[in-house]
Amino acid sequence: MGRIVGWSIGLLLLIILPPLVLKLGQPFYLDLVRRIMILAIAAISLNLILGYGGLVSFGHAAYLGIGAYTVGIMGFYGITSGWLQWPVAIGASALVALAIGAVSIRTSGIYFIMITLAFTQMLYYLGISLEEYGGDDGMRLKAKSQFSGLIDLADPVAFYYLALALMLVSVFLVYRIVNSRFGMALRAAKSNDARTRAIGFSPYPYRLAAFVIAGAMCGLAGALYANHTNYITPGLMSWQQSGDIMFMVILGGMASTAGPVLGAFALLLLEDLLSGWTQHWQVILGPLLILSVIFFRRGLSGILYKPDA
Amino acid sequence: MLEVKGLTKSFGALRACDGIDFEVKEGETHAVIGPNGAGKTTFISQLAGNLRPDAGSVRFAGTDITTLPAPKRARMGLARSFQITSVYPEFSALDNVALAVQARSGHSFRFWRKARGDPALVGPAEQVLEQVGLHHRKSILAANLAHGEQRQLEVAMALATEPRLLLLDEPMAGMGIEESQRMIELLSRLKQAKTIILVEHDMDAVFRLADRISVLVYGRVIATDVPEKIKMNEEVRRAYLGEQV
Repeated sequence: MGRIVGWSIGLLLLIILPPLVLKLGQPFYLDLVRRIMILAIAAISLNLILGYGGLVSFGHAAYLGIGAYTVGIMGFYGITSGWLQWPVAIGASALVALAIGAVSIRTSGIYFIMITLAFTQMLYYLGISLEEYGGDDGMRLKAKSQFSGLIDLADPVAFYYLALALMLVSVFLVYRIVNSRFGMALRAAKSNDARTRAIGFSPYPYRLAAFVIAGAMCGLAGALYANHTNYITPGLMSWQQSGDIMFMVILGGMASTAGPVLGAFALLLLEDLLSGWTQHWQVILGPLLILSVIFFRRGLSGILYKPDA
Repeated sequence: MLEVKGLTKSFGALRACDGIDFEVKEGETHAVIGPNGAGKTTFISQLAGNLRPDAGSVRFAGTDITTLPAPKRARMGLARSFQITSVYPEFSALDNVALAVQARSGHSFRFWRKARGDPALVGPAEQVLEQVGLHHRKSILAANLAHGEQRQLEVAMALATEPRLLLLDEPMAGMGIEESQRMIELLSRLKQAKTIILVEHDMDAVFRLADRISVLVYGRVIATDVPEKIKMNEEVRRAYLGEQV
């Protein structure tokens, strides 16, 4: 299947979904797909550093949490303007990514995985300890982000299309980045570190910049997610959540443009399907995922497309 | 161009480099030979900045570079090739060389424009591929190139950084006779225009290419001279050349 055909079909399906499910009286699916698209943004951002940068960050949920808590906490103090909330959410995520990245990117391999995990666990426990913002129980979002009446997030269809648009923008952004000079330097450093140094690149600043971009993009996903659930819990920063995002990327196909989107849809639809069928759905999902990693080493996108050069 | 004084590097009790003095003049091709375990790769790694010496200094083009990291040295014009082929296997030959061109064209914090379509990168990269005779294979993934072609690509990537000094670590390693001949031809063309340090086991290549030869034995330079004199040198013959000459 050609790339353009694949994208066109997928996009068309996503565009006609809202009128279709409303007509069928199944608005639940609107909610589900919106959630998938928001988490796909997180997966797209992780793919930039994991797939193209080779940075196995096992703490990417941190930025989902920071983005969500930024919206929640600003709302708590009566600042409900999305024009303010969302840029602050993105900026705060970028700053935290800069701090975490500055330390962790100096390490590699298992140490990098552990350090990113440790930082995110710290944030997770910070979230639990913030009694004022609900602590362990989490906090309710007082009001959805306001965009001066331009778009009403309380309208499920409008919110759906916003999430779709932002997901597409994220795909396009990452696509441009990884094919730019910056992206080539980043991928080169992943492919062969010694060679990259020998031709004159210091990988560190490129990796750090990619880490910050990915954090910022995931922060946006967090801001969306807060508005989606109306409820923010520390669980959003749990290591299970980080693992979920990572799995979307691996399942969909690392270092491919469509991979994280495919992975997010496959993982979450499967989860939804199986959990509707049996309570012990994880017993089925786990082995399925293991099999898919063994047999489809380039993920779902590897089945659909020839490899990206 | 390059001046090494008292370079020493130990791994535990092993002195891989033991006070090496070494000098490369502008324009010459200077071969470094020595038996296995003489410390050649350790020496090269310290010149390229992959290893930090325990003692001694390295000066390049008038600057002390002893403590500079590898990427900085590369940007100053000190390019290396690796003994064990080190390319980007999942990128095309052209991409490999274009990356080396990109590395020398200022910073790469450019996030939008496609690098592959950029004539400022592709143009010079194609020229270098032409120069080493790989142009007809430019769109082949580096992983799918023959061993000899990968060795050519190694040299191409070093060349593409527009080096003032080329550090070639056994460019003929693992090559068949025919491939070696082609590499020797390539290097004899390059030596007209470049300053080269050549570490090589292939004596035929060394004596055809080198203007001067330094012989490394047990981490020490036991002789530096023109090829004819090295061939005659008693100490060298005893230590190394033996039957090969």
